[in-house]
Amino acid sequence: MIRAEGIEKRFGRKLVLRGISFTLQRGGCLVVTGANGSGKTTLLRLLAGLAVPTRGSLAVAVDRSRVGFLGHEPLLYRELTALENLDLFGRLYRVPERRERAGMLLERFGLWEVRRERVATYSRGMTQRLALCRTLLHEPDLLVLDEPFTALDGDGTALLERELAAVAEERTLVVATHEPRHVDRLATGRLTLAGGVPA
Amino acid sequence: MSGYAGDVVALARKDLRLELRARDTLPAMLLFVLATLVVFHFALPQGSGDVAAYGLLWVAIVFTALLGLARAWVPESAAGALDGLVLATHDRSAIWLAKSLAALAFLGAAEIVALPAFALFFAPLDATAIAGVALASVGICVVGSLASAMAAAGRGREVILPLLVLPLSIPLVVGGVGAGISPEPEKYLLFLGLYDAVFAILSWATFEYVVTE
Amino acid sequence: MAAAIAMIFFVAPEDADQGLSQKIFYFHVPIALTAYACFGLGAWKALRVLWTRGERYDLESYTAIHQGTIFGALTLITGAIWAKASWGVWWTWSSNQLVLFLVLFLFYCAYFMLRFSVEPGSRRERISAVYALFGVALIPVSFFAIRLANDFIHPTVFTREGPQMTGTMFTAFCVAWGAILLLAYLMYRVELAGKRADQYLRDLREALTA
Repeated sequence: MIRAEGIEKRFGRKLVLRGISFTLQRGGCLVVTGANGSGKTTLLRLLAGLAVPTRGSLAVAVDRSRVGFLGHEPLLYRELTALENLDLFGRLYRVPERRERAGMLLERFGLWEVRRERVATYSRGMTQRLALCRTLLHEPDLLVLDEPFTALDGDGTALLERELAAVAEERTLVVATHEPRHVDRLATGRLTLAGGVPA
Repeated sequence: MSGYAGDVVALARKDLRLELRARDTLPAMLLFVLATLVVFHFALPQGSGDVAAYGLLWVAIVFTALLGLARAWVPESAAGALDGLVLATHDRSAIWLAKSLAALAFLGAAEIVALPAFALFFAPLDATAIAGVALASVGICVVGSLASAMAAAGRGREVILPLLVLPLSIPLVVGGVGAGISPEPEKYLLFLGLYDAVFAILSWATFEYVVTE
Repeated sequence: MAAAIAMIFFVAPEDADQGLSQKIFYFHVPIALTAYACFGLGAWKALRVLWTRGERYDLESYTAIHQGTIFGALTLITGAIWAKASWGVWWTWSSNQLVLFLVLFLFYCAYFMLRFSVEPGSRRERISAVYALFGVALIPVSFFAIRLANDFIHPTVFTREGPQMTGTMFTAFCVAWGAILLLAYLMYRVELAGKRADQYLRDLREALTA
């Protein structure tokens, strides 16, 4: 699904990633760990297709329309409601029966009651859950999740663990996290970064 | 509506909905253009004539457009929505097109207020003058939404945007003023159409590179 | 370069009623043409930036536009000197070329402001490249606009001296143009080499301290 060889990423003079190589099979789960600033976010953005490596080769077997990305920011419109956000992204991703699917996801993530409220009124945990809805909306084959457990309370964490376990069967996962214990059971590969290089 | 057109419509509707909800940009543009016209009355020495006033109308239009364009990408930069759009759309130029259409809608609304006000304060406007305003507005929005995205990528974005837009808007001002006061307005309107076509195509083709790495 | 200057001052026949201003012509027009060439080169390199992933093209595009802006400024200055010598004023709006250069000068100055407001990286390269492309599209469009504008903005008070040149004058002109192009090219290479050397040094320092 993903093959990376000698990935290097620099921003002008700043070298953020160097010498990253790994292979991830379809259906696998790669867990990326490392301290803050170790380059996890940059690596995940490369995998999602939001940035291109400065050097090295990165081959992702699926088109970007089959990739679901959860970043540091929720990638939503604060002044739109949950429904409006999901409707827009559902339309852009060409999700069939997007209203039904959005409704189903909102219910599953406990946001049905607030579906007509603007995202600006949500707590951080609720925003994160909506971001997850957006990530899963188009049933992507490859999920790239950057610290998905951030801001989630106990219920939210349990919910996400269940969701990930459910999708891990057919889909490929890349998860960057501070707390690998949530995804340990699913992991088929691990990568630890320190200062932009594999530790 | 399907495909590219559907994307553009969905995105443009989103911008209109956001503005309707927040109501910050459009009222500011309307007030700004009216206030500017009033300032011009005091700025013009007596006996300047209608023609000078007409030139100033264009200054008002360009700066009102800048006001709107400066805020064009603000909803996308909060909470990283632009990345979301870049990932989700099949063709990223739809993002630009939708934003240009929304910007044009706002500028058009400001002009619906400004043109009658101008006719009231200064001098009447004929059909070719209005056509000139319409065509030039398309040009400003098309180029301005791209420039605004470029400015938003860096620091000091409110300061950079006018620097980017003003040189590019000089031909538009020439075309617009000419359409209004020249005895042969057709060639100016044709020129405006040419500008719109050239820069729309260029913006459409290059927008992808402005929002991706 | 020295040969060109020699030719200009000793070989080209002196124009009886213009004198110095005619000499400026040999500088002013080639400088203007060279500036156009630099902007064109900058846009071509910009296109390469967008097509490939090369960082080197970005540097080349930037350097070309930098040279173009310098020569553009020189065009405006020599143009002003020429206007003063010919017509007694430092600036005139009736010279289409001068006005065009003023607009372009503003545009390309904004290039640098834009470029240095964005963090270095591939984003900055692409944005700079797109802007450079807009520049070359603006050149013909502005030219037409300025010609159209002349109809209603200012009556043409001063007639512009056309290059009706005799044989030796034309040769002198070509020599001058060639010399200035060569100068521009050399400046371009020097600046590019300087920037590359900077980069190399920085890479070295990084490699040693990593």
